Amino acid sequence: MNNMLPLIRNECLKIIKKKRFYVILLILIVLVPMFTYAQMRSAERSRDKFNSDWRLEIQQQIIDNQNSLGSDRIPEEWKTYRRIFVQQLQYYLHHDVNPNEPSGVTFTREFMDNSVTLFIPLLIMAVASDLVSAERTTGTIKMLLTRPVKRWKVLFSKMAALLMFVSLIVLSTFVISYLISGLAFGYKGFNIPVFTGFKISGDSVDMSTVHAVPQWKYMLMQGGLVWFVSVIVALLAFMISVLVRSTAASIVVMMAALIAGSILTNMASAWTTAKYLFMVNLGLTGYLSGTPAPIEGMSLSFSMAVLAVWGAASVIISFAVFTKRDILN
Amino acid sequence: MTKANSGESSPVVLSVDGVRKKIGRKWIIDDVTFDVREGEIFGFLGPNGAGKTTTIRMLVDLIRPSEGKITVCGYNVNRNPEKALQFVGSIVENPEVYTYLTGWENLQHFARMQPGIDNARISEVVDIVRLDQRIHDKVSTYSLGMRQRLGIAQALLGRPRLLILDEPTNGLDPKGIKELREFIRKLADEGLAVFVSSHLLSEIQLLCDRVAIISKGRVLAVGAVDELIARNSPYVLWELEPFAEAQALLAGRPDIQIQNLEDVNLDDSIIAGMGPDSLITIMDQDLIPEIVAVMVTAEIEVRAVHKINPTLEQLFLKLTEGENVE
Repeated sequence: MNNMLPLIRNECLKIIKKKRFYVILLILIVLVPMFTYAQMRSAERSRDKFNSDWRLEIQQQIIDNQNSLGSDRIPEEWKTYRRIFVQQLQYYLHHDVNPNEPSGVTFTREFMDNSVTLFIPLLIMAVASDLVSAERTTGTIKMLLTRPVKRWKVLFSKMAALLMFVSLIVLSTFVISYLISGLAFGYKGFNIPVFTGFKISGDSVDMSTVHAVPQWKYMLMQGGLVWFVSVIVALLAFMISVLVRSTAASIVVMMAALIAGSILTNMASAWTTAKYLFMVNLGLTGYLSGTPAPIEGMSLSFSMAVLAVWGAASVIISFAVFTKRDILN
Repeated sequence: MTKANSGESSPVVLSVDGVRKKIGRKWIIDDVTFDVREGEIFGFLGPNGAGKTTTIRMLVDLIRPSEGKITVCGYNVNRNPEKALQFVGSIVENPEVYTYLTGWENLQHFARMQPGIDNARISEVVDIVRLDQRIHDKVSTYSLGMRQRLGIAQALLGRPRLLILDEPTNGLDPKGIKELREFIRKLADEGLAVFVSSHLLSEIQLLCDRVAIISKGRVLAVGAVDELIARNSPYVLWELEPFAEAQALLAGRPDIQIQNLEDVNLDDSIIAGMGPDSLITIMDQDLIPEIVAVMVTAEIEVRAVHKINPTLEQLFLKLTEGENVE
């Protein structure tokens, strides 16, 4: 372990000096205010419409959704989704809790929910996708591997640095989103109750396990799940960066997989074996808020297991390939 | 140029024994064997595509040989790279360093990969390659020559006993090449074993003590440079006036062969200096005064006589010929 730390330090230094992390922070600092503004406008509009009474707003939402259930043009899968949504809204209304209480904390929670499948993976790819392939494109891999250090140690140091930066990216997404949205919505709201534990069976929700947790606790759980997803995405992107020589190809492969995932999710697929693909399992936080899973038979533990298997496989492949391969160019 | 006397007694630093490499179905390296001893500059000569770079990559564990054994200071490079590579400094192809780091940061980066290299050692190698003025600038602002020097600094960091340089003069200007040659000689005199690859015979002649000649993945010959070259009769270039008579005269002699210009692969610097009516011959050098005398009596003006070292191609021809005879 003694000679591992300097190697990890090297890798961290290179990530910082490449200025990738600053770019990620910059993207967050530019985009989060945009989302905040959009959220603010929509909050203003509903306040005007419902005279600042959130109960009226929720009731209207329930009525809208129920009406649409009668329509023939809406596919059955969507109706299931809406039935579940209505039941949840009724639960909130019944317990006199505003699910959309505007605050910096609520905004952050929702922002994380929405960004876990695509936006955060994208930020992670900015670091992970060229970690190995860039060394090969520029030829520096030859310098790296002709030093008296075993190859697995070189790869391990890169992986360790990557995981540190993944954690940092998740943390900064939370922090930046809270700090910026707080300017608009206020920094309070850590103790607002949030309901979790919705058990979805078929098209109804089992409310017996539902319980309220303070928002900060909810966000801790959410943060853990977001971090888990991020680590798996990072490991996959890392593997591709080991396998593919060009950074561009590495990014394209990973993007294609992620976008395919979001398309498959939206198709509410009847193809049930798709649930073993990693990209439809990225929406882990949906299990917390009670969003129905895209494919039947998926649950939080199932999704985490699938992701863990994909992550482990990519680690094994990365090391096997990297330590064996001839560096020909 | 003084050449160090690396007798058979100096310890072997690098030993390559029966190395072969198969990629796909093709044996791209087919039996390479040689030793490099302490204090000698060993040339690795072959045309592009002969397998020089593949061999070098095998020496530093970038490629694993399919058969054979490579040892550095007694350690097997492929089985025990952590031990073997600490004695090796290398530049494989171009000196590739991180352009977004400064020269100093690059050296620190590589120093961290090996125990026992402190900042004092880094300053020391920076002084050796004379980069101290610009060492804290980003490498992206460096010229090719400076990157080359940074690459050498990196290779020297770990106080290696074997230095491997792949076509080190590529991209350097004549002054830089001369400096590099002197520098390498100095390192060898201090006891370092230096392994240099090149596709230019002249390069190897000026620099190396011993040489291995490789073609199509096979080592054709290993030996002292002078010895190998002495085996070959050099080209002699003539500029004579009037041309037709001179040509007839030379063609009439059985001990002189006139070469077709197209068949002779000469260095650009020689081609540039050649007049339009030049003749290239293969002949014994001792004949030159006699031929000049003959020309003078035949009232042919001798404008220039020029001895040209054998080219790599010629050497190859000789070596493969010898193979058939022996």
